[in-house]
Amino acid sequence: MSRFSRLLALLAMAVLAGCGKPEFSDAEKKTIASLALSALPPLKTDTTNRFADVPAAAALGSTLFFEVGMSGDGKVSCSTCHKIDRQFQDDLPQAVGVGRTNRRTMPLAGVAHDPWFFWDGRRDSLWAQALTPLENPLEQAGNRAAYAHYIKARFGERYERIFGPLPDLSTVPANASPLGSDAEKAAWNAMSAAQAEAVNRVFANIGKAIAAFERSIAPPQTRFDRFAAALATGIQPQGDDAFSPEEILGLKLFIGKASCVTCHTGPRFTDSSFHNTGVPPVANLPPDRGRIDAVRQVEADPFNCFGAFRDGDASACGELRFMVKAGPELVRAYKTPSLRGAATRPPYMHAGQFSSLDEVVAHYSKAPTSVEGVSEVHPLQLSDRERGAVVAFLKTLAE
Amino acid sequence: MASLWRYVLAGLGLAALLAGILAAVYLTAPQAPRLASSEIARSKKTAHGLFVASFEPERGAIRQGELQSWLLTLKTGAGTPVEGAAITISGGMPQHRHGLPTSPQATDYLGNGCYRIDGVKFTMSGLWQLHFAISAAAGSDTVVFNVLL
Repeated sequence: MSRFSRLLALLAMAVLAGCGKPEFSDAEKKTIASLALSALPPLKTDTTNRFADVPAAAALGSTLFFEVGMSGDGKVSCSTCHKIDRQFQDDLPQAVGVGRTNRRTMPLAGVAHDPWFFWDGRRDSLWAQALTPLENPLEQAGNRAAYAHYIKARFGERYERIFGPLPDLSTVPANASPLGSDAEKAAWNAMSAAQAEAVNRVFANIGKAIAAFERSIAPPQTRFDRFAAALATGIQPQGDDAFSPEEILGLKLFIGKASCVTCHTGPRFTDSSFHNTGVPPVANLPPDRGRIDAVRQVEADPFNCFGAFRDGDASACGELRFMVKAGPELVRAYKTPSLRGAATRPPYMHAGQFSSLDEVVAHYSKAPTSVEGVSEVHPLQLSDRERGAVVAFLKTLAE
Repeated sequence: MASLWRYVLAGLGLAALLAGILAAVYLTAPQAPRLASSEIARSKKTAHGLFVASFEPERGAIRQGELQSWLLTLKTGAGTPVEGAAITISGGMPQHRHGLPTSPQATDYLGNGCYRIDGVKFTMSGLWQLHFAISAAAGSDTVVFNVLL
């Protein structure tokens, strides 16, 4: 071999070494580390629910979560839509309980880290959230008086071991609720204040037990987390943990040019806030204006943080106290969903508008205007190859 | 001897190539918004020069995604603490066309011109702006603080 060809070979090796390795800047490495599951802080104590970390409460909550008796027709439980073997969601564009709702079921992994619940944040605690489907005529379609009677009859002993003595329900109507049918409302209004308080207390405790169970549902480690861990320690990711060039490009776009990480931030890939991203409405569903209408609902909820059923003091109520109550940016604003596991749970968006991640990424690349309010998304002009790469990266969050 | 020179030359060539690759990686890396240090100053004169305002987190570091208390300290140009000020707060992320995720409020007067601003939360990384409208005995003025996460 001539010296010249030796030199050429050396140069070729240097080029290969330079280009074959995943190259991330320090800023990119920092962002990637901030997205890894290892960056997820431990779950904070929920002082508004003093049973949140009581194992017996979580066990009762688990029973109630899967109990079809917890519904008006005896056929629907939380788990009807939040399916345990499907990331606690149901693969449907809109959830179907006793009736068909107008929103997509949200998965539950890591849900206890959220400050707001539902797509529009119309509840401010996990326990207040758990109560809402129980009385929604399209979901579990029950009423709180019936639930109190049911708990006493079926789970009285377990309930009392956790929450203390059940109230005397002998004079409480079988069916009564301030939110129910006309007959249920009339029955509720005929009850004494003490009776209503007693039923509300049992009802709130049902929510607190279910919330205690839901706190245990944590997001699992993914291929991305193993890749991120290797990158952080400077070790070359091995075998399946190594990313393909397409996945690396997708990750770079996600945290760079495509700006996904602006909202899909932190180890849960969500800023837990609300944004109008120009997602189109679904024909034949009732008008849906997102966060702007949820503000009044959470303020009016007797089970909110300012209400009588909160444990602990009002210092836990900062989110409600400093909530944004008005403004054009709340119109058709919906919560940023976590992207962990998203690749294996189509369809997407708050009413299942998109059937694949390709459609989702194409939507954000194009950034159409919103039918109402103003979309925060700017057009990205991603090429076919770039859109494919972002999708390839998202799949690593579900493997 | 000639061959040794060739190896030195090759080494120099490789070093230049590496420097080129590093430069290319560095130059094409996504850039965070950059601001002059004066633009992210934690202390500044209000728009019409009525007050000197300083704004900082009550407990040191900024934590993304958490409700935090900040302190707004108001002094006159002569350094006298401004008492009894009415303060309203607005703001947002100018690059993302959205406002603040919370409605921060002045919740307490701590003395010496210092007001506690509660309910401050930054949900995303990037450039945030907080606008303060301040009304006190000396008059009304405004000030904008940039916060870069």
